[in-house]
Amino acid sequence: MLKPFEEVVAEYGPMVLRVCRAVLGPVEAEDAWSETFLAALRAYPELRPDSNVEAWLVTIAHRKALDQHRARARNPVAVDALPERPTSQGVPGSRDTELWDALRSLPRKQRQAVAYHYLAGMPYALIAPILGNSEVAARRAAADGIKTLRAIYRQGASR
Amino acid sequence: MNRTNQTPGAEGLFDALPVLDEDANRRLHRRLVDAAEAAGILDVAYRTIDTPVGSLLLAATDQGLVRIAYPNQGHDQVLAKLAEQVSPRVLLAPRRLDPVALQLDEYFAGHRSAFDVMLDWRLSHGFRRQVLAQLPRIAYGHTASYAAVAAAAGSPRAVRAVGTACATNPLPIVVPCHRVVRSDGAVGGYAGGPEAKRTLLTLEAAA
Repeated sequence: MLKPFEEVVAEYGPMVLRVCRAVLGPVEAEDAWSETFLAALRAYPELRPDSNVEAWLVTIAHRKALDQHRARARNPVAVDALPERPTSQGVPGSRDTELWDALRSLPRKQRQAVAYHYLAGMPYALIAPILGNSEVAARRAAADGIKTLRAIYRQGASR
Repeated sequence: MNRTNQTPGAEGLFDALPVLDEDANRRLHRRLVDAAEAAGILDVAYRTIDTPVGSLLLAATDQGLVRIAYPNQGHDQVLAKLAEQVSPRVLLAPRRLDPVALQLDEYFAGHRSAFDVMLDWRLSHGFRRQVLAQLPRIAYGHTASYAAVAAAAGSPRAVRAVGTACATNPLPIVVPCHRVVRSDGAVGGYAGGPEAKRTLLTLEAAA
């Protein structure tokens, strides 16, 4: 039996937002979150009640992030730099911007592996099918990502 | 799975990403409700309101008001039941309930004697529904006996079934099962408890 979708939003919404922020940065994250949960709501009645809801949501978020990435690639306006526009999502120059700068320097798969494992708490066996690689490769991507992050984002690591 | 704390191995790294960002969650929730409504996939919208008979849960489909529930009925259980019987696409979305919430406020202030909202009857079937359909004929401030309602529904001997129909009324207050009382003058049972029934009857008698 499926529980009311409101409970899914309450239980997993914050986690998905953290994942989106880590993978896409503070500006794109809220669009990705919104598209993820709208798509999830649409598909929800067909979800098998014994499904792993966390993995289901992260899989949708992963696809939505890819969509955004492709849209940005088609539209060369906002490719390399963070667009400098007003945002309610963080204070410029604050630590979340610094963290995002560090995350942004990682190869995309490493960033995804790091977010899905360390922020969503998913095991590599579930991350591998989302990334389209093996469990070993997913684990290595996350480990490499964390190692690089520790090297370039010392402020967070030294706390 | 580990949502509230850092997964071991990344201690301190992600402190800049708050585990819980209330402002963002509220903003995103509103945005989801708007998008779901626009896409026509907000199957059940709900909210609660505070009233003299406790916190009432109000739920509506796109057809109309589908459920009103008293605190003693367990709002979480009622929502779970709606997810099962109507659709699991259930969201806290007050706006769809604004008209009925306003009318209930007016009713509890003694300024309203009838409700003008679309009703979705899908949670009531057969004879029970036939009985409930009779109830708006009992005027505000008046009562009728279970036996009289049974007769009006065309089954004079189905007094007990009328009691069951009232007890399982998915839309109490708006569909006024509280106006059905025992022939001996006792208030009888009520989905919201006898105290709530007395409160409603007293309110209507005074207005």
